[in-house]
Amino acid sequence: MRELRYREALREAMTEEMVRDERVFIMGEEVGHYQGAYKVTEGMLAQFGEKRVMDTPIAEEGFAGIAIGAAMVGLRPIVEFMTWNFSAVAFDQILSNATKLRQMSGGQFTVPIVFRGPNGAARQTAAQHSHAMETFYAQIPGLKVVVPSTAADAKGLMASAIRDDNPVLVLEDERLYGIKGEVPEGEHLVPIGVAAVRRAGTQCTIATWGKMVPVSLEAAELLAAEGVQCEVIDLRSLRPLDHGTVATSVRKTGRLVIVHEAWPYGGPGAELSDRVQRDCFDSLRAPIVRCTGRDASMPYNKKLEELTIPGSATVTQAVRAVMAY
Amino acid sequence: MTKVLASAQDPMFGLFRVIQDDATLDPAYAAHFSDALLERMYREVLRLRVLDERMLVIQRQGRIGFYGEVKGQEATPIATGLALEADDWIFPALREGAAMLVRGFDLSTYIAQCYGNSCDVNKGRQMPSHYSGRAVNQVSWSSCIGPQVPQAVGVAWAMKLQKKPQIAVGFLGDGATSQADFHNAMNFAAVFKVPCVIICQNNHWAISVPSKAQTAAPTFASKAIAYGMPGVRVDGNDVCAVYWAIREAAARARRGEGPTFIESVTYRIGAHSSSDDPSRYRDEAEVQQWRERDPLDRMRRVMSARGLLTEGAHEVLAAQLDDEIKAAIAVVEQGHQPQRESIFEDVYASLPWHLREQREELLATAPAVTHGGATH
Repeated sequence: MRELRYREALREAMTEEMVRDERVFIMGEEVGHYQGAYKVTEGMLAQFGEKRVMDTPIAEEGFAGIAIGAAMVGLRPIVEFMTWNFSAVAFDQILSNATKLRQMSGGQFTVPIVFRGPNGAARQTAAQHSHAMETFYAQIPGLKVVVPSTAADAKGLMASAIRDDNPVLVLEDERLYGIKGEVPEGEHLVPIGVAAVRRAGTQCTIATWGKMVPVSLEAAELLAAEGVQCEVIDLRSLRPLDHGTVATSVRKTGRLVIVHEAWPYGGPGAELSDRVQRDCFDSLRAPIVRCTGRDASMPYNKKLEELTIPGSATVTQAVRAVMAY
Repeated sequence: MTKVLASAQDPMFGLFRVIQDDATLDPAYAAHFSDALLERMYREVLRLRVLDERMLVIQRQGRIGFYGEVKGQEATPIATGLALEADDWIFPALREGAAMLVRGFDLSTYIAQCYGNSCDVNKGRQMPSHYSGRAVNQVSWSSCIGPQVPQAVGVAWAMKLQKKPQIAVGFLGDGATSQADFHNAMNFAAVFKVPCVIICQNNHWAISVPSKAQTAAPTFASKAIAYGMPGVRVDGNDVCAVYWAIREAAARARRGEGPTFIESVTYRIGAHSSSDDPSRYRDEAEVQQWRERDPLDRMRRVMSARGLLTEGAHEVLAAQLDDEIKAAIAVVEQGHQPQRESIFEDVYASLPWHLREQREELLATAPAVTHGGATH
């Protein structure tokens, strides 16, 4: 199968959906003439023109609101946030409007919309530019939140998000934009809410998402050399959360380490931990451990940044602790 | 440039009026107002006044949870309902929801939105005075103050992209002009040149904050200048003036000439809401001054001056409208509580597994006794 970079896979999904459905369009800062701050939308303006690849003024709250209005009356907008950090400015439009209009209006109005962009740390972009925002969004009923970690999923989850009749958030990752992987040609849909087992193992389950998937796979490789066989699960969707796939794995391994970049307080990792301790209490041989970003704002200093985000060394440490319990 | 917009050549200080002090209409505009239209305006303003009074009573009796009175500001919502095409989009703020009544939305179904029972199209999920109706293309405002205005601009933009004839009208109060979403809406509307009208009802008070504490600009209409769109200042207690300003702004939008900003200068005679006591922060003398410019009284005097209202007819009509409203309330109060599992409907387009699970959990518990009727 041919290989694509993650950013090309995202672009292919958007392009194919825009060809398929003329109601779909993309808007955001620099998505058109500049080809996207991270070149995800490269070439799309030339292909679709300014009415479907729209450069907007710098106002996240503004264009989120504009897109929500457009979605209410039959269009299907894709809204790019240059990074998810900036979505904080648009939070009210997402939280109180996109998410709630269907329910508040008794189903009279719907908002089929995709919000997308890179999430989490980049490289030395410091405290205001490195947020892992999933903790905030995965909390909200009415939203779906997906986090592709491979090029194939970047295409498949993006296409599913665009076709979904609900607001869907696609949390991409700047550090993954350049990775390559096999991507099916033509229609490729990855269902939202279904996790993927990335590596089979029998002794400890590692559940993770996004950029922490390759980090966890690297850790699993190191651990295998020590004779510890880990099963690595890529959740892919944080809402809905496929805890069933994790529970099945934990019933086999008896151990669970959850790895995420976001802060430790609450969030999808804590949610998963709660579900697994309820559903698999009799199978657990050790406490569930979360290996997370440190509970502090992201430092700019390279060394300190490395220490703040989980790496393969911290993941192996967590797994060893669980194995030794 | 059309007449009213020309009259707003000075959005700083101009004030567009049609009803003159002697209760006749400005001859330049009189031809646009037939007896039938004037009768309709008068009747709708009166109905909204009577409805408000009745709804406040039932709020105080604890039959509904909250109510946002319109008193003194009826001209704008009524003029909006009459001036627009039936399928134009309306995004009201707190005091313009009644535009949908003018467009034929059923009165009891409207009142039901304050009860949130089985008669409510919103299924009991939205708080009172946040009126929505898909049937009349009206979308509830956001309690957070302002977010509905960029949404209205988005609708207008979608109409433009799809080459549809409808326009969108977004409302806000003077307080909301301080919000980022006011700026967002104004800027996007002008930059994208969308078919919309943004209307600020300047009622002089954002709860307890006076409009002069909200802006240092001489008028709200003057803000339009910086965004590159016409700003119009209209007497918001003059139904005819508001009607004509909206007509012209809507026609301009439909011709593809872009958005217009209208400042409707009015006054909130009543409290901000049923949770507010304005005597604590404003001078009764000021309220009295505005009572003398009451939009209903002015409309009533227009009617009398034209010989359309005979002695005693006002009181008879008010009583008749109150009877209609009481009958509509009686219909709503026959409704039952929404089914408890309906909590999980419309969260998503279809019910996901985790909500199915929560619904089963809820249904497995004994039905709780809820206030005001049977449970299901």
